[in-house]
Amino acid sequence: MTKLTMTVNGRSVSGEVEGRTLLSTFLRENLGLTGTHVGCDTSQCGACTVHVNGLAVKSCTMFAQEAAGADVATIEGQAAADGTLNRIQQAFQDYHGLQCGFCTPGMVMAAAALLKDTPKPTEAEVRHHLEGNICRCTGYHNIVRAIMAASGQDVAPVAAE
Amino acid sequence: MYNFDFEQPANIEEAVAALKDEDALALSGGQTLIPSMKQRLNAPTKLVSLTAIDALKGVCPDGGQIAIGAATTHATVAAEATDYPALAALAGGIGDPAVRNRGTIGGSLANNDPAACYPAAVLASGATVVTNAREIAADAFFDGMFTTALQEGEIITDVRFPIPEKASYQKFEQPASRFALTGVFVAKYRDGVRVAVTGASEDGVMRWAEAEAALGTTFSAAALDDLSVSADGLIHDLHGTPAYRANLIKVLAQRAVEAAL
Amino acid sequence: MPKDQGIGASSKRREDVRFLTGTGNYTDDINLMNQTYAHFLRSDVAHGVINGIDTAAAEAMEGVVRVFTAKDFEGVGGIPCGWQVTDRHGEPMQEPKHPVLAEGKVRHVGDPIAVVIAESPELARDAAEAIDVDITELPAVIDMKAAVADGATKVHDDLTSNLCYDWGFVEENREAVDQAIQNAAHVTTLELVNNRLVANPMEPRVAVGDYNRANDEHTLYTTSQNPHVIRLLMGAFVLGIPEHKLRVVAPDVGGGFGTKIFHYAEEAFVTFAAKAINRPVKWTASRSEAFISDAHGRDHVTKIELALDAEHKFVALRTDTYANMGAYLSTFAPSVPTWLHGTLMAGNYITPLVYVNVKAVFTNTVPVDAYRGAGRPEATFQLERVVDKAARELGMDPAELRRLNFIKPEQFPYDTPVAVTYDTGNYHATLDKALALTDYASFDARAAESKARGKLRGFGIAHYIEACGIAPSNLVGQLGARAGLYESATVRVNATGSIAVMTGSHSHGQGHETTFAQVVADMIGIDEAQVDIVHGDTARTPMGMGTYGSRSIAVGGSAMVRAAEKVINKAKKIAAHLMEAADADIELKDGQFSVAGTDKSVAWGDVCLAAYVPHNYPLEEIEPGLEETAFYDPANFTYPSGAYFCEVEVDPGTGKVEIVGFTAADDFGNVINPMIVEGQVHGGVAQGIGQAMLESCVYDDNGQLLSGSYMDYAMPRASDLPMFEVDHSCQTPCTHNPLGVKGCGEAGAIGSPPALVNAVIDALHRGGYPVDHIDMPLSPSRVWNAMQSVK
Repeated sequence: MTKLTMTVNGRSVSGEVEGRTLLSTFLRENLGLTGTHVGCDTSQCGACTVHVNGLAVKSCTMFAQEAAGADVATIEGQAAADGTLNRIQQAFQDYHGLQCGFCTPGMVMAAAALLKDTPKPTEAEVRHHLEGNICRCTGYHNIVRAIMAASGQDVAPVAAE
Repeated sequence: MYNFDFEQPANIEEAVAALKDEDALALSGGQTLIPSMKQRLNAPTKLVSLTAIDALKGVCPDGGQIAIGAATTHATVAAEATDYPALAALAGGIGDPAVRNRGTIGGSLANNDPAACYPAAVLASGATVVTNAREIAADAFFDGMFTTALQEGEIITDVRFPIPEKASYQKFEQPASRFALTGVFVAKYRDGVRVAVTGASEDGVMRWAEAEAALGTTFSAAALDDLSVSADGLIHDLHGTPAYRANLIKVLAQRAVEAAL
Repeated sequence: MPKDQGIGASSKRREDVRFLTGTGNYTDDINLMNQTYAHFLRSDVAHGVINGIDTAAAEAMEGVVRVFTAKDFEGVGGIPCGWQVTDRHGEPMQEPKHPVLAEGKVRHVGDPIAVVIAESPELARDAAEAIDVDITELPAVIDMKAAVADGATKVHDDLTSNLCYDWGFVEENREAVDQAIQNAAHVTTLELVNNRLVANPMEPRVAVGDYNRANDEHTLYTTSQNPHVIRLLMGAFVLGIPEHKLRVVAPDVGGGFGTKIFHYAEEAFVTFAAKAINRPVKWTASRSEAFISDAHGRDHVTKIELALDAEHKFVALRTDTYANMGAYLSTFAPSVPTWLHGTLMAGNYITPLVYVNVKAVFTNTVPVDAYRGAGRPEATFQLERVVDKAARELGMDPAELRRLNFIKPEQFPYDTPVAVTYDTGNYHATLDKALALTDYASFDARAAESKARGKLRGFGIAHYIEACGIAPSNLVGQLGARAGLYESATVRVNATGSIAVMTGSHSHGQGHETTFAQVVADMIGIDEAQVDIVHGDTARTPMGMGTYGSRSIAVGGSAMVRAAEKVINKAKKIAAHLMEAADADIELKDGQFSVAGTDKSVAWGDVCLAAYVPHNYPLEEIEPGLEETAFYDPANFTYPSGAYFCEVEVDPGTGKVEIVGFTAADDFGNVINPMIVEGQVHGGVAQGIGQAMLESCVYDDNGQLLSGSYMDYAMPRASDLPMFEVDHSCQTPCTHNPLGVKGCGEAGAIGSPPALVNAVIDALHRGGYPVDHIDMPLSPSRVWNAMQSVK
């Protein structure tokens, strides 16, 4: 076991890990931050996406010790301290960009990384950027719309009768 | 996965020393190694992370060539290898954004997955793979699927690409993994054209000599019209037959020539 | 003005906030004090005899609590099958035992042989590798037709063959159908495969067993679509635990799509083992494990023949299908290729004679059961493909051939020749709607533009019918179901007027917490925020059958309406008392009770308070309190239908298909929350496109799964799909449930595969490649190979 310290959502945290402890395991099991999900074991589904030093990574494909000393951001740190959703989270709700919610933390973190580098992405850029995030519920239609809306672009509202 | 000791040396010398242990493995971005360890296909007793070694990182244009540190991520190459746009585009098309933020050129080359993209760029560019011990020409580096000229404990430090006049990489994605079902890199240099193919051959990345000769005479897609690729020795899997891959090699080579123009 | 509340409003989903902030409570998020971890050692061969299992080395390893094998399960029941199909000779299907852990034989890659319980998941897996299993491998039975040939190796030695059943429907029609086909002016024949799929909800299955020795109570936390069904099957048939000592909780569940309906061995194992070791036991599937242990879907091989008369009217339809059951019968497996498939073979059409033959076959593969649509996609696919082929053979517009044979709006209710009665529908309307939305008239201009770019453009249409709102219990009982298929709801009104609805339906992405609240709030005329929905816990909800078969709003919603009606009727009596009026004169609107023809009124909240503080109350007539339960058993299935159009471009150099347009015009009857309904269609269409273009579960001849991870099983990604045009404005409300709803969960997955395949075939024909059929998935290599075959 090795002792490890990193900053997660602005707080310094530490814990004991094995060599094989993945960052996702450290977040979920050691820190109880269960918003980061594990949906595959081949680094494809992206449900575990978090930011390490400002870059989106798959936390199931990185050892906890590789994040020693790093600044890690997870879904739990995205809303304001009073619970107000950030613009991406709010757009996901407004545009029905989630159903079962399992891929959602990864989608939100992936979207945040996209909008940081590309503030006004095209639909094609959004779809391309989501290459590593699989959703089985939404057909991506409303995820793409939510991200476009979160970027401040005009998106038609959801259906109404 | 099996447990192991984790080490993160700060310089190349320490890394080389750490890798002297039996069953020690170098860990770069880990985007292939970690999934394979989860399947318990690898059982290193020690992983030596190379990602804290600053000397292994960076993109350095230098006259007619560009040198890329082995631990440079795909995302960095995509953003910074602007002197070699086809190479930057290739890096920007590997995996997905999160994978590109971790995966490295050195890790990709050392693994030599038969469907990886970087081997095609290295081979088509006639690049030089530099290790802690020596320099290895691209044509001598790749040695069949998942096999390279690297010795036990030898670490790639950087890769030097001569910058071509024109180049393009055309990747046709395998629908599930999004690795190259077949990918073709065409690079035109003053002294000739090199064409490298990944994803297709049972022997890993390969050159297509007939296409190189034809394009060396006339650099146009039409120059390849009369060529055909033999299906012998090409991969047969769920996603394509050898004949299909043979077709893709030609189609993608022609599209690469058109895109490079 | 769009409504902002109640039925018809696109209310934002209340469940989203927890999912968007990482505070959902999925089963893998549950960790109990003193918890242990289970790792299943699974067979790596498809078929073999277990000669011996030596667990001694594993038991001695660090952190190991105990190792279990089949001998620990002597006296424990097998995993039961919930449906008995009777074959065409009147005999019951062959039904093998499905042990919790393999007994004597392994029958598919992934069949569990032993389980290690240890202090961590990794230690459990480390120890599992130390178990020595001596297996003599047997030939694997993989191909269905070979499996039922004489002399085939048997998957189950105690059965007479690998044929589970040979089902004929409608058996009395058999000769007449043969005759009609023989005498028809035109017969179109098609042989096709409905490819095997893996449901792949993004949350892998998880089960946590807990046992409280003090009161002998078991709790199972599990990723299930129907906790009461699991409690019934596991408690009564496997472990012998009475219901009052067994609680099953299915908390937030990350998608189901059918594969989380079934009772699985892992659930029984953790429940059993938690008592055996007197500690909680947790099992979390890896995705690789999910591929070899979740029930798969589809996997039919079919020959279909459509006979038409000289006027192009359909006269008869005959199908021959081999349906893969896998190695064991999963919970509802026998019903899928029979009652959920044969009864839909009339489609939207007037076809006087239909005969469906289905041979269900055991193979050395993972069990196959319901996956989104379950039987109905298989029916729709073959029918809509053969109709399209017939149109091409006859030189007719495919929309016109369909229109010519559609059941006409004035013919409803319509008795089909396959035993079901469609209550409502208007297929002409949905077809016309889709045509209007797709700008069909300018297709040729788009095709010319594609051609200029070297691409082949095609247009494909399909029209589906499905039967959902599953199902009338007395009917399914006659057909072999071993359960009722009603739904339940309790409406509990609190003293201050807020409401908790306890429903037997289960939400795992469908948004019931929002939609169900809209209905109850609308009925009473109060704010939606006043209504909470409780689901997923047998200790907190009445006995209910769960969520699948697009049944939740049609059956669960109806139960909730019935319970709310009872509440309202009682509240009216209280209001009548308070206003000193007759019960019959009381009206409820916008949360106010009033006396007809007067200005007297009393608020909902005051009536509720009176029910719980009954000082001024008709105690001699009614009890205090305001809480009612209803069980709703539907009178018929519901029959959503719709037109699905797909436009594609094919790259002739690579065979790659790009979807450039997709339109769905559905008739779901009345719609509660349009936003959620459209989301269901998007997701269903994406899964249908996945089946048609990307996904395929493939075994080799030795029974090894070649597509056992996302490296080889192609899941649809954002870049594979277009924006979808969806419409649900054609509404013929269901006539037999109180909301007039039909259900929308499966439609997208049913209507889209034939639309896509028809579009690709159209593109190839227009481009000079007269290809009749390509089996799904239409991967680039398959499309290219088909093109070469006709060059």
